[in-house]
Amino acid sequence: MKHLFFGGIHPKYNKEMSKRTPEIRRIEPDTVVIPMLQHIGAPCTPLVKVGDRVLKGQKIGDGEGLCVPVHASVSGVVKAIEPRPHVRGTLINAVVIANDFKNESVTMPHADNDDEILHAIREAGIVGMGGAAFPGNVKALGAMGNVDTLIANGCECEPYITADDTLLRTNPTEVLEGMLILRRLLDPKRTVLAVEDNKTEAIAELKKLLPRYPDIELVVLPTRYPQGSEKQLIQAVTGRQVPPGQLPVKVGCAVFNVSTFAAICRAATEGKALTERIVTVSGEAIAEPQNFMVPIGTSFHDLIEIAGGLHDKTERVISGGPMMGVAQGDLSVPVVKATNSILCLLKDVNGAAENPVCLRCGKCVTVCPMRLQPLYMYRFTNSGRVDELNRMNLMDCMECGSCAFTCPGKLPLVETFRKGKQMVREAQKK
Amino acid sequence: MKLTVASSPHIRGNFRTNRIMADVMLALTPALAVGVVRFGMDALILTLVTMATAVAAEWLYSKLTKTRNTTVDGSALVTGMLLAMTLPHTCPLWLAALGSVFAILFVKCLCGGLGQNIFNPALAARAAMMVLYPVGLTRYMGVDGVTAATPLHHMVMPALPEESVLDMFLGNCPGSIGEISALALLVGGAYLLWRKVISVRIPAAYLGSVAVLTLVFAKTDAPIDWMLYSLFSGGVMLGAIFMATDYATSPATPMGQIVYGIGCGALTVFFRYFGLFPEGVTYAILLMNALVWFIDRLTPIRRFGTVKGGDNQ
Repeated sequence: MKHLFFGGIHPKYNKEMSKRTPEIRRIEPDTVVIPMLQHIGAPCTPLVKVGDRVLKGQKIGDGEGLCVPVHASVSGVVKAIEPRPHVRGTLINAVVIANDFKNESVTMPHADNDDEILHAIREAGIVGMGGAAFPGNVKALGAMGNVDTLIANGCECEPYITADDTLLRTNPTEVLEGMLILRRLLDPKRTVLAVEDNKTEAIAELKKLLPRYPDIELVVLPTRYPQGSEKQLIQAVTGRQVPPGQLPVKVGCAVFNVSTFAAICRAATEGKALTERIVTVSGEAIAEPQNFMVPIGTSFHDLIEIAGGLHDKTERVISGGPMMGVAQGDLSVPVVKATNSILCLLKDVNGAAENPVCLRCGKCVTVCPMRLQPLYMYRFTNSGRVDELNRMNLMDCMECGSCAFTCPGKLPLVETFRKGKQMVREAQKK
Repeated sequence: MKLTVASSPHIRGNFRTNRIMADVMLALTPALAVGVVRFGMDALILTLVTMATAVAAEWLYSKLTKTRNTTVDGSALVTGMLLAMTLPHTCPLWLAALGSVFAILFVKCLCGGLGQNIFNPALAARAAMMVLYPVGLTRYMGVDGVTAATPLHHMVMPALPEESVLDMFLGNCPGSIGEISALALLVGGAYLLWRKVISVRIPAAYLGSVAVLTLVFAKTDAPIDWMLYSLFSGGVMLGAIFMATDYATSPATPMGQIVYGIGCGALTVFFRYFGLFPEGVTYAILLMNALVWFIDRLTPIRRFGTVKGGDNQ
């Protein structure tokens, strides 16, 4: 049975740009900066001192509670432990390692049973690699015995980004093996690999392999943004809607990004910690758009230089995609576990309005995948009506930007909704 | 190099205000062309006068209030063009110009400008002109160039008009400049649908309710003919496709748009049957305009994740 999620848009995808160079280039930076917080939850405490020699894959930070460890992504010497700029826009404590290019590494023991696999997922520092960065072991533990559908998210619905696509084209086996590992752990009825139909080469590769994986179902979805959003993907694959404020487990689903499955496979079978990932460096403002295999902690600046540098008229450098990514002001920030893309855009791409005017055209209502009414949310945020914002279910907004993308009056919708949510939160505290 | 740190999304679609306005004017062109062919250059001159005065009024308003000049968005041109479509080509130019100024200054600008007005500016202006100087709006010309009754005047009697249904559909009948040819208006409507400027909800609900009500409550013993004449006569097509779909004065929620369309259709039939004038489109839409916010509030969209039963376990 085919399902569709509500609303959605068709932006210009521009994915060919970063696919012109088919192979993945491996990066060896001089220095890496490993932030002690790369996940949703509590930050890690450094386990090393300045001057220590560390090996690739060695745990250098860990903590209590909702926390997964971080690891050295190169072998070398710890130069500093200090707060450094982070893609989130704040200073976060980080371990700075000077690469000695000896590439000496450590691995973890092989994981066999359920407990060992859950332990390996944690010890490898695995988080959701699609952007949310939720600790993988916590999500897997919560899903055990509670889900009938396990979904691998290979939609990659943001324009420009081809990191997951590249993984599926070049190393689909790792993803499929990772899916089998979690399938054994969660015991779902359906194990689904969901991909949007614009990834024709990846789909062809997967179709070659699938006869060897009878338990895995490939679901090819019609390309539409924001299909890769967890709630929307669950709706598209199963027809179920995750209730407001609830987790996917509530409707019997667990969703992990394809890169996360690959990382789980490497952790469980090879004992490798999450120390590197594929990053798309793309956009009109970069000289040679392509995909790189990047050690965690490599600075945006280094990666941009390797990709041929920025155009003179670059206006924005974004961590993530053009729809939900975060614009960066300081390019010394490092690639973290959830960084799937560095997007470099020229002037005039956004065309922000100096005088935004709402025409009341209602397009925002029809494209909203959460069935909200952005035009009224905008109006009530600007007039400070918290009661109305609650009535409008503003907190359901996931800031996908479909409304702002579509708005002919170019209203700053997403920006305004962030302010509105802040107002709602402050009102709740009182 | 100075990097901009601004909120997502960092890209936007090409659906722009002035593109929408240009599309609406393009979509009205077939109807205007039929009017010019039918009534001569007077129709074109009248249209150009209302468009020019609308823009001039908006420009003047921005000068007087020292606010931003908004004439570049094209909405004043659309208002002027729409107003002309509702007028007979015999309408005195001074009256048309006055109506255009009224539409822009009083109905639009003083209500807060684009997107803020409660009433459709063109229709509110037409209603005001009808009250102030009805003679200027009620001289219609037949094929031979002499004053003639419109099909709606026949239907008040009640009787079927002299023209055939096909003539009505093509626009071979007396009437206002832009309302006579259902075909031309439907072509324009199809273009707006294709360009995604309007959705089918309001026109379909409007025309559908007019069709059902005139079929069920036909005033002659040929209900299907009565229904077709009702749909093709007067301003129903123009109103359903171009007036009721005006963004600022129609609901923004999908369900609200359907309710609104049905309301417009029902009131149109009501006013035609029981009103003072043969036509009811203007007053039907203006009345529904006043209810738009109310309708939007009363037709909430089912919140994501709150489906009862069905797919959602």
